[in-house]
Amino acid sequence: MNGTIIRLALQALLGRRRIWLLLALPLALIGLTALIRTLSSDPDAAWPMISFLGYPLVLPLVAVLAASSVLGPEVDDGSIVYLLSKPVSRHAIAISKWLVAWSATLVVGSLGVFIASLVAGGGSQSVGWLVAALAAGTTYSALFLALSAFTRHAVVAGLIFVLIWEGLAGGFLSGVAWLSVAQWGIQIGHSVSSSLDSPVNLTWALLASLAVTVGGVWFAGDRLRSFVLTGDE
Amino acid sequence: MSALVLDKVSRWFGNVVAVNDVTMTIGPGVTGLLGPNGAGKTTLLAMMAGFLPPSSGTVTIDGEPVWRRTDIYRQIGLVPERELSFGYLTGRQFVRANADLHRLPDAAAATDRILGVVDMVEPAARRIDTYSKGMRQRIKIAAALVHDPTVLLLDEPFNGVDPRQRMHLMELLHQLGDDGRTVLFSSHILEEVERLARHIEVVVSGRHAASGDFGAIRRLMTDRPVRYSITSSDDRALAAVLIARPAVRSVSLRPQGGLDVQVSDLGTFASELPTLTRSHDLTLFELSPSDESLESVFAYLVDR
Repeated sequence: MNGTIIRLALQALLGRRRIWLLLALPLALIGLTALIRTLSSDPDAAWPMISFLGYPLVLPLVAVLAASSVLGPEVDDGSIVYLLSKPVSRHAIAISKWLVAWSATLVVGSLGVFIASLVAGGGSQSVGWLVAALAAGTTYSALFLALSAFTRHAVVAGLIFVLIWEGLAGGFLSGVAWLSVAQWGIQIGHSVSSSLDSPVNLTWALLASLAVTVGGVWFAGDRLRSFVLTGDE
Repeated sequence: MSALVLDKVSRWFGNVVAVNDVTMTIGPGVTGLLGPNGAGKTTLLAMMAGFLPPSSGTVTIDGEPVWRRTDIYRQIGLVPERELSFGYLTGRQFVRANADLHRLPDAAAATDRILGVVDMVEPAARRIDTYSKGMRQRIKIAAALVHDPTVLLLDEPFNGVDPRQRMHLMELLHQLGDDGRTVLFSSHILEEVERLARHIEVVVSGRHAASGDFGAIRRLMTDRPVRYSITSSDDRALAAVLIARPAVRSVSLRPQGGLDVQVSDLGTFASELPTLTRSHDLTLFELSPSDESLESVFAYLVDR
């Protein structure tokens, strides 16, 4: 961990216009949920907003935007050499960057999903979604950090993973749940509130989330260690 | 005192060879890495700075390999050609961040000192995205120098810098070289290198074309046959006069008027020409080198 890197990453995240997009996503979710809640007579009508929009879409979107903001542009334009031409461990750089992306994902994404779930009805189901969103937010942020260190198309790759793999394939192939960050989170949430599904088993969900988180951050650090600066010529 | 040693270094990207079997030793003092655009200078610098593994061969600083070595950056200061994208920071914040990343015991004092050295104290409070090209360049150099490195690598440091600031930067690099630091800068401009570097390494098309002190390389360059195009009051008479001189290798009349002259000894030719034309009552209208481009100079060096 490195205080200077954290400070720079925070400035990179907050100093760009992307922060407004990051904030707009959960705000729109909360707004829509509130709208459905007021317009519908059914007290449970707004819950699908959490299970079909907020948790599986807004949360990973926030995570991919946050992770790519702290690393993507610098890798893209090569200015990360200013950080890398320092005697600072590459893993410390990756961990510091991840801490920033992780906090942003939890504060904006997971908390956003939780607030929307409170608006949708609250109760123990909300706590379940909060736990699920905290777990999945953590895993997503590390996974997308690794993606950002690996490819300059991290946002696109992240979206494909979320939409095609977790969304589409997960919809009709139940086995995909074993390899789905969102489903692991739901399983962890299930241990708090049984109103959430139980797609896999808890041990697997915890171990897999942990492995992807640790592995993702480690991989990002290793990629930085082998960072290649190519010329403009 | 640090020595940067490249031993039989090659680097290829797919089937494009960017650097081809380069062996050189960069010692203390200012060294210029000269070559036309696309010669592989940036690739060489990236390998020296540990941001690119050589495909074959080794790059070492004081015997230690550079690739995937984080500690090496205590010794290296790097000024990449890339633009700074930290526009949201002020100059001082940026340099200070560099000092902090090096964990300097007194980062604030080091920041102030280096801002003074590059003459950026006054604009340091402004955001970097308000800076001119020259100011960005100086803030980049300040960031690379803040930890007092023994090896300083600069990629095209004078690009886009106005003449006054260029003089200032040159003095600065000169001073650093005199202090015993190993300073290497790349450039595609002969005059820049000539003014600053005592030692020169020439790269052309990825190959190490020449190495040595500037005088020797300059002589290689000026001794080469040079072509001139000349127009005068009587081209045919001038051709007769010129072909008699040993310094002239060939003369040909151009169909549209004027002469093409190939000169083997530039110095003698230059000193003879005015007296020759005057004594034969000829008037020169135009005299211009027809192949003075740097590429032809380099091409000549490679052919040797």
